[in-house]
Amino acid sequence: MNSWWGRLMMKRLCRLVWLLPLTAVLLFTLVSLAPIDPVQAYVGARMSMIGPEQQAAIEAAWGLDQPGWIRFFHWLAHLVQGDLGDSISYNAPVLTVLVERFPASLALMGCSFLAAFVVGSGLGVLAAACQGRWPDRLIRGWAMVISVSPGFWIALLFISIFAVQLAWLPSCCALPPGVTQDEAHWWQYGRHLVLPVLTLSIYGTGPLILHVRQRLIGFLDGPSARHLRLHGMSSTRLALGPGSRHALGSAVTVHLASIGELFGGSVLAETIFAWPGLGQATVKAATGADAPLLLGIALVTVVVVLLGNLLADILAAWVDPRLRIMPQEETLPRLKRLPWLKASARLKTASRLKVEPKS
Amino acid sequence: MKRVMVSIVSIVTRSDDTGKSYRLALFMAIVVTLMIWGGGALPDTMMAVNPAQRSLAPSWQHWLGTDLLGRDMASRTLAGLAQSLKVGLLAAALSTLLAMVMGMMAALNRSLDRLVSSLTDMMLGMPHFVLLIMVAYAFGGGTVGVTWAVALTHWPRLARLLRHEAKTLVKSDYVQVSRSLGRSNLWLARHHLMPHLMPQWIAGFVVIFPHAILHEAGLSFIGLGIEPHLPSIGVMLANSLNAMLAGFWWVVLAPGLGLMLVAFGFERLGERLRRQALPPDRGSSGVSPGQVA
Repeated sequence: MNSWWGRLMMKRLCRLVWLLPLTAVLLFTLVSLAPIDPVQAYVGARMSMIGPEQQAAIEAAWGLDQPGWIRFFHWLAHLVQGDLGDSISYNAPVLTVLVERFPASLALMGCSFLAAFVVGSGLGVLAAACQGRWPDRLIRGWAMVISVSPGFWIALLFISIFAVQLAWLPSCCALPPGVTQDEAHWWQYGRHLVLPVLTLSIYGTGPLILHVRQRLIGFLDGPSARHLRLHGMSSTRLALGPGSRHALGSAVTVHLASIGELFGGSVLAETIFAWPGLGQATVKAATGADAPLLLGIALVTVVVVLLGNLLADILAAWVDPRLRIMPQEETLPRLKRLPWLKASARLKTASRLKVEPKS
Repeated sequence: MKRVMVSIVSIVTRSDDTGKSYRLALFMAIVVTLMIWGGGALPDTMMAVNPAQRSLAPSWQHWLGTDLLGRDMASRTLAGLAQSLKVGLLAAALSTLLAMVMGMMAALNRSLDRLVSSLTDMMLGMPHFVLLIMVAYAFGGGTVGVTWAVALTHWPRLARLLRHEAKTLVKSDYVQVSRSLGRSNLWLARHHLMPHLMPQWIAGFVVIFPHAILHEAGLSFIGLGIEPHLPSIGVMLANSLNAMLAGFWWVVLAPGLGLMLVAFGFERLGERLRRQALPPDRGSSGVSPGQVA
């Protein structure tokens, strides 16, 4: 465990060990605080046909007559065995619902994630390269506007424009009505995917644009960029080459850290577009008093977000070697080696640019 | 009174960057006051159901058109914004208050510091919107639920920042002297920490506020927020889906645009205040530039 990623993994695993139980306790507390009678939520409108004895019997069968902490440990014991309970609104085990709905969410979120990264970092680089001129102002204004516009409103506007007024794209569901998953063509699926992905990815570009722009401007104003400029590198090549490598390294981290936001956006987007994913199930669970499903989804998203953060840290350290240095390490020997590093960097730059180094 | 007016005028008419911030702040304060005051006082007749005037396009009589039930969209949007702003103000105030208490507790007591840090880490590690849904669910939805949901989920970043500030304050000589003179933690927090944390607190409030109203609208949209019979932006947009599919685009445009403009004004103001009062956030990921909310 001497390598940098080994130590990173250890640190992160230790974090998970205390974070996950704490989160589980919090989520369970929140769900059991709800002023909703689970029996009533389960029985629904037929509640008047049930007598108090029957109600008590159901409560006893579900263990609702026991105190909260006992119920929590029961839930935990089942959770460890992979049993998340039964969903009331889908009338199926929670795990089945999750597994069934995960692929659709993955397709939606994966496409949006990639699209947002490509578009966001591209616009960020463009804005930084044209710093202060009209493309920069336009892009910055755009980033600002989308960061304050409600995501679900953007979705509604898109439906209004592309699905109603222009009638180019479908506004609902993952497939045309009457078509099953097996007989559907991938092209049909893709057509239904366009509007939700557009909505979600637009929402994700805002912070990314600003981050990439800031990092790239910081680089372009710095000494290394000045050095390369003096060697005759053009501004365009500077921004696209070493500049964007400098900026995009941390952009990956920022983008991966925003997975939680992406899921939040997908809850709203899936509700609007009737996309059969986890987000839609979240809303159904929350409005239908389906506590087991809500708990299951929350746990899954927490794990996904934690994994995303771990991946972000590993990627960041892989891209940027400076992050691999642990703070406890001594910095003195490194300082001593600095003049040599400088010389080698100069030689390297010079050879890449085919320029004779001075002295 | 006259002196107050004179000082306000002199501050607002300053030609430098600070004057710009003050002008923007004054403008937003006036907008919010007018909206809450005016939107709440709109006569019911303006929003009454009127089947004779269903789904009218924007005209001089109905600036933003009417919805499927013939209600005037302009007054409904105003009333909805008033509702959103009220909830947002309350939630943001509660949230920043919580952040302040948490930050000061963490700075003054080591074991509480542990607790606050791990709580902050946990809250930041969870997907924000899921947490919002869970808290709203725990309170059974409704206006009360959405207010608590927004208040209880927006404090961590500001708390982390205030904790950092308060910790450097506690290390300073005068606080140490006060402490060795036997002052209680409560006294220290009240007399030494709070006055110094005020600028950050106000900036944090303004930064959190637009997020608060946007999240409130999102929760109301999925049906966990403000009750459907009250006018609110989220509920209006949720109900507008059918009208929009029938081609009545104005039903969607007005409420969202209103919400966006208010949020935009506060975001600009927050941006300025953040530059002036808040240091860049060096959180665990070390990458988010000065994000509070």
